[in-house]
Amino acid sequence: MMTELLQTLQNLLGPAWVPVWTAVKIVAIVVPIMLSVAYLTLAERWVIGWVQVRIGPNRVGPLGLLQPLADGVKLLLKEIVIPTGANKFLFVLAPVLTLLPALVAWAVIPFSPEIVLANVDAGLLFILAVTSVGVYGIILAGWASNSKYAFLGALRSAAQIVSYEIAMGFALVTVLMAAGSLNLGDIVKGQQGAGALSWYWIPLFPMFIVYFLSGVAETNRAPFDMAEGESEIVAGFHVEYSGMAFALFFLAEYANMILIAFLTALMFLGGWLSPVPFLPDSFLWLLAKAGFFLFVFLWFRATFPRYRYDQLMRLGWKVFIPVSLIWVVVVGLWMQTPLWLW
Amino acid sequence: MGKIQSFFKTYLLIELVKGLALTGRYMFARKITVQFPEEKTPQSFRFRGLHAQRRYANGEERCIACKLCEAVCPSLAINIEVAQREDGTRRTTRYDIDLVKCIYCGFCEESCPVDAIVETRNFEYHGESRSDLFYTKSMLLAVGDRCEEQIARDRAADAKYR
Repeated sequence: MMTELLQTLQNLLGPAWVPVWTAVKIVAIVVPIMLSVAYLTLAERWVIGWVQVRIGPNRVGPLGLLQPLADGVKLLLKEIVIPTGANKFLFVLAPVLTLLPALVAWAVIPFSPEIVLANVDAGLLFILAVTSVGVYGIILAGWASNSKYAFLGALRSAAQIVSYEIAMGFALVTVLMAAGSLNLGDIVKGQQGAGALSWYWIPLFPMFIVYFLSGVAETNRAPFDMAEGESEIVAGFHVEYSGMAFALFFLAEYANMILIAFLTALMFLGGWLSPVPFLPDSFLWLLAKAGFFLFVFLWFRATFPRYRYDQLMRLGWKVFIPVSLIWVVVVGLWMQTPLWLW
Repeated sequence: MGKIQSFFKTYLLIELVKGLALTGRYMFARKITVQFPEEKTPQSFRFRGLHAQRRYANGEERCIACKLCEAVCPSLAINIEVAQREDGTRRTTRYDIDLVKCIYCGFCEESCPVDAIVETRNFEYHGESRSDLFYTKSMLLAVGDRCEEQIARDRAADAKYR
C-alpha cells in the first residue's frame, strides 16, 4: 500500500521526485527535533525545579505542558532590537549560522539500521566538521554586537570549544579504532553481540566520560557555560539579542544537546541495540539512551557551579587531552592482544 | 600516599558523583512549593498588611484625631487634618495614608489609644498607579467595615499578650 503510493507519486513527479522526497525526509527529522527542543526546555525547568524542592512550571495547560508554546509565542512576538553600533548583516547572520550546523549534523545520524537521511561513509568526520562551524556563529554574534560582554563571551567560547574539540576528537578516534569505520551505522553494528556487554562503553569507558563531558563543554552547558556566565558577563555572546534571534540561539543550544546525547548513545551505548539479548533491537532503545543523557545534562546543570575560566582550560588541556591520548595508545595496544573482545 | 589518594579521588570523579547523588536525592524529596492563589501559608494574628480605620458597634468612628500615629510614623506616610464636629467632638477631616511610603512597621497601630487605625491581614491589594495606593479616610473606613470581624478576632487573640 505505502510502497504503491510512493511509486505513483514518483511516476507523477518524474525528475522532481528526488528533491521532494528528500525534503519530506528532512521535515520528518527537523520537526521532531524542534518539538523535542521545545519540551527539553520544559523538562529542564522541571528537573531543576525538582532538585531545588520546587514543583516547576505547572500553570500553562495541564501540568504546564503548553509552557513551551507560550514561551515560543512570546519570543516570536517580541521585537528584535539591533544595537546602533552593531554590524547588521553579521548580527542577523550569527543566529542562523549557529542553528544551521546543529540541524545539518542530523543528516548522518542513523535512527535504526535502515532509517538515515544520508548514509555517509565518513559520517563521524562530517559531524566533527559540521559541529565545529557552530562556534563561528557564537564568535560572530559576540563580535557583531559591538558590546563588551558579548565580545568577552565570544572569546571565552572560542577558546573553550577549540580546546574541548581536541579531546572530543581523540575520544572519537578510539571509537573508530574499535569499530574500524567512520560510518555511524557501521559503528553501531560493530557493537552487536552480547547485549550491553559488547557496547564500546566498557573498553572505552574513560573515553565515554571524556566524550560526554567534552560534549557538555561543546554545547556551552553548565558547568561549562563560560560563554554565557550570567553572573559575570551578563549573558555573554547573546546579551544584545532579543525575540526570535535569541530564540534561534536557544534552539541551537538545545538541538546541540540532543545531538550530543544521540551521538553518545550511538557510539558508546550501542544506539538502537537492545541491552539484553532477549529483547528486540528498536529505535525506542536509542530514544531511551539519548533521553538518559539529556537528563544527565539537566542534572549537571542543577548540581554543579560554573567552572572558573582557568580551571576550565586546565581541565581541557591538562586532564582530558592527556587522558584521551593515553587511552588511544592503550586501545591500540589492547587491540593487538587476544584480550580484545569487542 | 596522599598524592595517590588524591589522584584516584580526582580521576574517579568521586566528589562530583557525591554531588550528583545529593541532588538526585532531593529530586524525589517532598516539594515545598506553596501554590499561591490556591494555597496560602499560615498567618499570625499580628500580621501587618493593608490599613483600616475601625468603628464602634454603634457605627461611630473610633478615631479621635489625637495625631499620635502621624507623629510616630517613621516614613511620614500619614497625614491628618482636624476639626470640631457639630456635636463638639474632635474628629479628622482628612486621614490619608500613602501606602507607597508606608513601611508596614505597625507603629501607628501600637500608638493608637482607641484602636482606630489597625493593619489587616490583607497583603494582596494592588494599585495600577501610585495614586491608587493613596488611601483616604473613606477608603480606610471602607476597609474597616469590610474586615471588622477578622480585625476584632485578631485583637481578641492578641489581647492576652499585652
